[in-house]
Amino acid sequence: MASTYETVSGIISDTCDIEPDKITPESHAINDLGIDSLDFLDVAFAIDKAFGIKMPLEQWTQDVNAGTVTTDEYFVLKNLCANIDKLVAAKA
Amino acid sequence: MRLEYFQMVDRITSLDVPGGKIATACLVPEQSPVFEGHFPGYPILPGVLLIETMAQTGGWLILATQHCAKMPFLMQVEKAKMRAFVSPGQPLEVEATLLHEGSGYAVVKATIVSGGKKVTEAEIRYGVVPFPNETLKVAMLETARRVGLPEEFCNGA
Repeated sequence: MASTYETVSGIISDTCDIEPDKITPESHAINDLGIDSLDFLDVAFAIDKAFGIKMPLEQWTQDVNAGTVTTDEYFVLKNLCANIDKLVAAKA
Repeated sequence: MRLEYFQMVDRITSLDVPGGKIATACLVPEQSPVFEGHFPGYPILPGVLLIETMAQTGGWLILATQHCAKMPFLMQVEKAKMRAFVSPGQPLEVEATLLHEGSGYAVVKATIVSGGKKVTEAEIRYGVVPFPNETLKVAMLETARRVGLPEEFCNGA
């Protein structure tokens, strides 16, 4: 069974047409990989479907706008995967 | 349908919010300036307006799901197929099914049938955000009543 990171990096590679070797756990989806909001919508949809979750993107956006967290918390892939794992665990 | 005003949906004919389904009826007008250019001597409804018709139908489903508290804006159209020409005066039956309700976005699959024949289909994605201003919110509520969105789904705005 693929790890969360393998699944997410595969989704990003396929959806955003990014070479797999350019994606690392340290990559920031926006700053490093250049994923824009429209492409991120595709990524979010694919992640929601793949893991059977509903990523709370609105809450995350509010957190970032409020300055309580940086974008790194949600958009650096290793952190994104950790958040996905929490959502999957909460669902179980 | 009033093409020049982008009023594509005439009325909601069925709505199943828990089941994520909606159907609308839309009658293509006999006459419109749109047909003067598309095309001279051979009037057919432009494919982009068929897509808009599906997008508005799916949009009403999302508005109902949100009790009109948020506005769906068209962001992406996937797998759109125009299977047949649509002529002036032709009645359209439009259906949309909610595929996924995400956080701040939604995805529907929509089809248009006319005379028992599927004429178009697409998967449509929306950004679902708070109304950007009061004018739009009021206008959407007025339109909701015009197309027959039940009042119980208009109370969250």
